[in-house]
Amino acid sequence: MILLYALVGAGVVGCALHMMLSRNLVRLLLGVSLLSTGVNILLFVAGGMGNRQPPLIRAGETQLGDSADPLTQALILTAIVIGFALTVVFAAFVLRAWRTERTVDGRAVDAAERLGLPRQEDDA
Amino acid sequence: MSDGALLIAPVLIPLIGAAVAMLLRNRPDAARITGGVAIAVMTVASMLLLSRVVGTGVLPVMRFGGWPAGFAVSFVGDTLAALLTLVTGLVGTAAALFAHADVRARRRRAGFDAMLLALLGSVNGAFLTGDLFNLYVWFELALVAALSLITIDRARAAIDGAIRYATLSIAGASLILLGVGLVYGSTGTLDLATLGAILGDQPPVPATAVAGALMLAGFGLKAGLVPFHSWLTASYHSAPIAVSAVLAGLLTKMGFYALMRVMVAVYGIGAEGSGGAMYEPMLATIAILTMVGCALAALGQTDMRRILAWHVIAQVGYMAMGLAVATRAGLIAAIFYMVHSMLVQANLFLGAGVIHRATGSWGLRRAGGTMRTNPSFALLFAVPVLSLAGIPPLSGFWAKITVIRAGLGDGALMLVLAAFGAAMLTIVSMAAFWSEALWKAPPRGHRTRPVPAAMLWGMAVLSVGTVAISLQPHRLLALAQLSASALTMNVGGAR
Repeated sequence: MILLYALVGAGVVGCALHMMLSRNLVRLLLGVSLLSTGVNILLFVAGGMGNRQPPLIRAGETQLGDSADPLTQALILTAIVIGFALTVVFAAFVLRAWRTERTVDGRAVDAAERLGLPRQEDDA
Repeated sequence: MSDGALLIAPVLIPLIGAAVAMLLRNRPDAARITGGVAIAVMTVASMLLLSRVVGTGVLPVMRFGGWPAGFAVSFVGDTLAALLTLVTGLVGTAAALFAHADVRARRRRAGFDAMLLALLGSVNGAFLTGDLFNLYVWFELALVAALSLITIDRARAAIDGAIRYATLSIAGASLILLGVGLVYGSTGTLDLATLGAILGDQPPVPATAVAGALMLAGFGLKAGLVPFHSWLTASYHSAPIAVSAVLAGLLTKMGFYALMRVMVAVYGIGAEGSGGAMYEPMLATIAILTMVGCALAALGQTDMRRILAWHVIAQVGYMAMGLAVATRAGLIAAIFYMVHSMLVQANLFLGAGVIHRATGSWGLRRAGGTMRTNPSFALLFAVPVLSLAGIPPLSGFWAKITVIRAGLGDGALMLVLAAFGAAMLTIVSMAAFWSEALWKAPPRGHRTRPVPAAMLWGMAVLSVGTVAISLQPHRLLALAQLSASALTMNVGGAR
């Protein structure tokens, strides 16, 4: 079970990295979003899916029945929210790049690359 | 004020200020005043915190939500964290003063003050937190604030720079998160002090070794270390200059701080722990490449912001050298270097902004003449320029000499040679910078424009800080020693 989850997580991260290497900015955006999903799956596996003494204990008992570690789930929940926020910010940049450059080709979005290059200022 | 309130004040005040400034952003004057007041109060709170910590030793750990140690998100007020929040306050104050002249109502309506406060609050949060996952959260918060500040004009170059910055930074954060997950999976805690006690003095098992390597890469990326540096030089020159100054002063140092916290306080590098011995050669290679490579790259640039961006990275290389030496002296040197560098880098970018205002150009060739037309600026700017070059008796000299002495003490000859080589290259680069931008006559037909006093006041805050370190280096050194002791306090506590 753990091996299956680990392979799925690694596969998702691999796909995400492949998409992030694309020149197409929309694929880059999807890759960034997918990357946080893949990492969350791996976080879920790494935290252990079996039973571990959880931080929530009823009086008189030592553990909360047969349950997975709730702290990992709290971490993943936080990571999902953060990943979503970053995806939204990133999407805003890609949208803006599309509106000003009229393209989502990463090679054409190079205004920062050209800004202040050596030996170009004489033409400016 | 109670210890607990004092401990969270440097985080809570700017975050509350950010919320207020966001509500007031359609009234630029009110937003500006909110920003100024919040930064001033935050800086005073950091001063109180530092004096309390130095007076009483480490403050009691603050745990949120009433959870027991090991599960609660905790805030730890040790000397290092308190010292760095104070420096953050100084950089924030300088940027706010500079922004008084540089940031117009349009940028304030876009939320400049709120985002600046959010950035300062999250940087302070990363310094003060005692929880590994919480550290990651502060990094992401700082990233969102930094991206918003870079793109505040929605300029084409800024959008392009932000896309590059965001892509690499999110990838780095994912590595950190994976490392955090693996550490939690194999130890069952995220509390840095507990982790140091468990992992500090025993050889790592595969899971924690991989986690350490992932966090080395992730925090190394955030610190701008070679080979993870390319986001920095692709984005810092495209931001508004007051923003570049804050980012250059704070963000890479925040990344290095986290790297140091994890490598020293968890894996025991430099604390006579053996948990991180395998990372030391990697850190040494990274430090050498960063110092020499980036100092060389700076020589090839003619845009002031690009030159300074390369120097930001090169300076982090010196700090990494202190960490790679992996002795107590190395740690002390790295901490000293970090404080010196935060003040100097921010000041250099502010100075570049003044030169741009005076001459209308970011390029060195079309600048010039600012020394004769504005001697008070030249005096203020000479402090960070000479300090970066490492000319005695300024703070950069003391910082470099402590790092190199630590290297010699450990017999790390390659690191010491690289540090000397990079120091020479930095002197050449700064000499060229000074003679082109300040010394030479302005190009024919160019008139220099007057510079608003607020810009010079912003620089003055940082220059006075640098001069204070230069004249009293033993005081900062004493604080750095206390910080190193606090960092290594919990390592191997399970023995």
